[in-house]
Amino acid sequence: MAVIEVTDLRRTFVVRSKGGRLRRERREVVAVDGVSFGIDAGEVVGFIGPNGAGKSTTIKMLTGILVPTSGRLHVDGLDPSRRRTELARRIGVVFGHRSGLWWDLPLRDSFALLARIYDVPRDRYRTNLATLVELLDLAPLLDVPVRQLSLGQRMRGDIAAALLHDPPILYLDEPTIGLDLISKARLRDFLRDLNAERGTTIMLTTHDLVDIEHICRRVMVIDAGRLVFDGDLTALQRVGGATRTVVVDLETQLEPVRVPGTTVTRVEGPRQWLSFPAHSSAAPIVSALAAAYDVVDLSIQEPAIEDVIRLLYAAG
Amino acid sequence: MTPRVGLYAAVATRGFRRYSTYRAATLAGIFTNTVFGVIIAYSFIALWDQRPSLGGYGQAQALTFVWVAQALIMPVGLFSGGIVDELSDRVRSGAVAIDLHRPIPLLWWRFAEDAGRAAYHFLTRGLAPVLVGSLLFDLAWPQRVSTYGVFLIAVALAIGVGFGIRFLLGLLAFWVIDVRGFVVMLTITQVFFSGMVLPLVVFPDALRTLAEALPFRCLVQIPADVLLHEDTGTTVLPLLGIQLLWLVALLVAGHLLTGAAVRKVVVQGG
Repeated sequence: MAVIEVTDLRRTFVVRSKGGRLRRERREVVAVDGVSFGIDAGEVVGFIGPNGAGKSTTIKMLTGILVPTSGRLHVDGLDPSRRRTELARRIGVVFGHRSGLWWDLPLRDSFALLARIYDVPRDRYRTNLATLVELLDLAPLLDVPVRQLSLGQRMRGDIAAALLHDPPILYLDEPTIGLDLISKARLRDFLRDLNAERGTTIMLTTHDLVDIEHICRRVMVIDAGRLVFDGDLTALQRVGGATRTVVVDLETQLEPVRVPGTTVTRVEGPRQWLSFPAHSSAAPIVSALAAAYDVVDLSIQEPAIEDVIRLLYAAG
Repeated sequence: MTPRVGLYAAVATRGFRRYSTYRAATLAGIFTNTVFGVIIAYSFIALWDQRPSLGGYGQAQALTFVWVAQALIMPVGLFSGGIVDELSDRVRSGAVAIDLHRPIPLLWWRFAEDAGRAAYHFLTRGLAPVLVGSLLFDLAWPQRVSTYGVFLIAVALAIGVGFGIRFLLGLLAFWVIDVRGFVVMLTITQVFFSGMVLPLVVFPDALRTLAEALPFRCLVQIPADVLLHEDTGTTVLPLLGIQLLWLVALLVAGHLLTGAAVRKVVVQGG
């Protein structure tokens, strides 16, 4: 069942810029241009695109703090901007570069206050808090004022804060921005578990494609306000014309090897790079190589989604 | 709207605690208020020596006025700051979007938080300087206990009016990016017309009429009058009535303006 339904969503902004000394030019900018999609309960969707593509604008409309210029929009059966307050109880929102916590207060106090704001029953609050504290490793941080937390700690706090009221839908706007590798990995694990255990529908925007590879089963790519791709990762690789690469170390230095379905892209002494379409299997290539040549060592490089997306943008 | 007293009490408690974490700032503030009070007290002594019973106040009453005014500076937010800065910063940085995601009206939330802050400032930066002032000078304290009760009501209303004014100013950030100029303007107007610099009773007639038409006297002059009048009936009740009217008017304006601001953000996209 679709919990988020978007049909032909459009949003324009009026931008005023100085035209002359007194004259001001009014220009209409289309931020989101006829986007349609549906997201089912329990899906984890990555929402990617370059800066200014319309990601945040779309998220803002989905949370109800921005009215669409036209198009239809339903989140959990509600029209977001009309029933913003009601919807607020059913969604969790995390902005990577902003905090919903109280700067001067210990983390614990922010949680207690949010539980009241969202009318979370006392028992429920206690259980939820205990779970989140354990999963996000917040126990040593509960009595620390938010201003003293590191970015990664604060982000964990913000995510816990967004989940205290058991929202079935969670929006994350660049949740891993500025985090170190370990913090990123922990956060991804947490989000995956959250989705698996509670069935929380997650929609996240990011510039870090590793986030997508690790958490999302589905990817939507938005560019210049239009949805240019919607599907799973493998399909994205196919569309983008992405390639995988076999790096092979041969016994001796040779001319570029000949293996069907591949092209040699680089030769460096006895080492050669063979690329092939990302969606096809590496197994026949590896066995063909091993049958025809003396192979010392061999590894396979997966495509970076960055490259895939760059190709996609270039093609679109 | 369902009554959510527990929630607002919790928000107010957090407002109180937020400020109580900064002990050094509180001590520095108490020191400042006290020094400030002593300086004004001596200039008032000089003034009332020259013109005894100026504005109908005796010297002891004038000195009491000085210390009451000092006690009220922080609770009513006479020098602005607090909510104005926070709200305008949040609007400018876009963090206000998070506030709008909460199922709680911005106005009441901020009011509760500011009430908690004001209570903290009243108990610390309000009472401590007054204590010092009463040791250093002869003040005219009311005899009747009930007067203090009415005074506290007047202080509570003053805090509400002070919040109402600053909330409106903070909301301006939705329309003008930089509200600092307005803040300076308001602070000067507010300090002058509240009676903080000089009690309104010594103002010349024309200026006094103007001062009485403005909400600012609810902040200092009215609470001070309530304390000095020692009368709980005919003089004091209308004064509380004026405060209440301004409070309601400002909160209604705050509510309407919040609606307009939210519509602006939601419809125009900020």
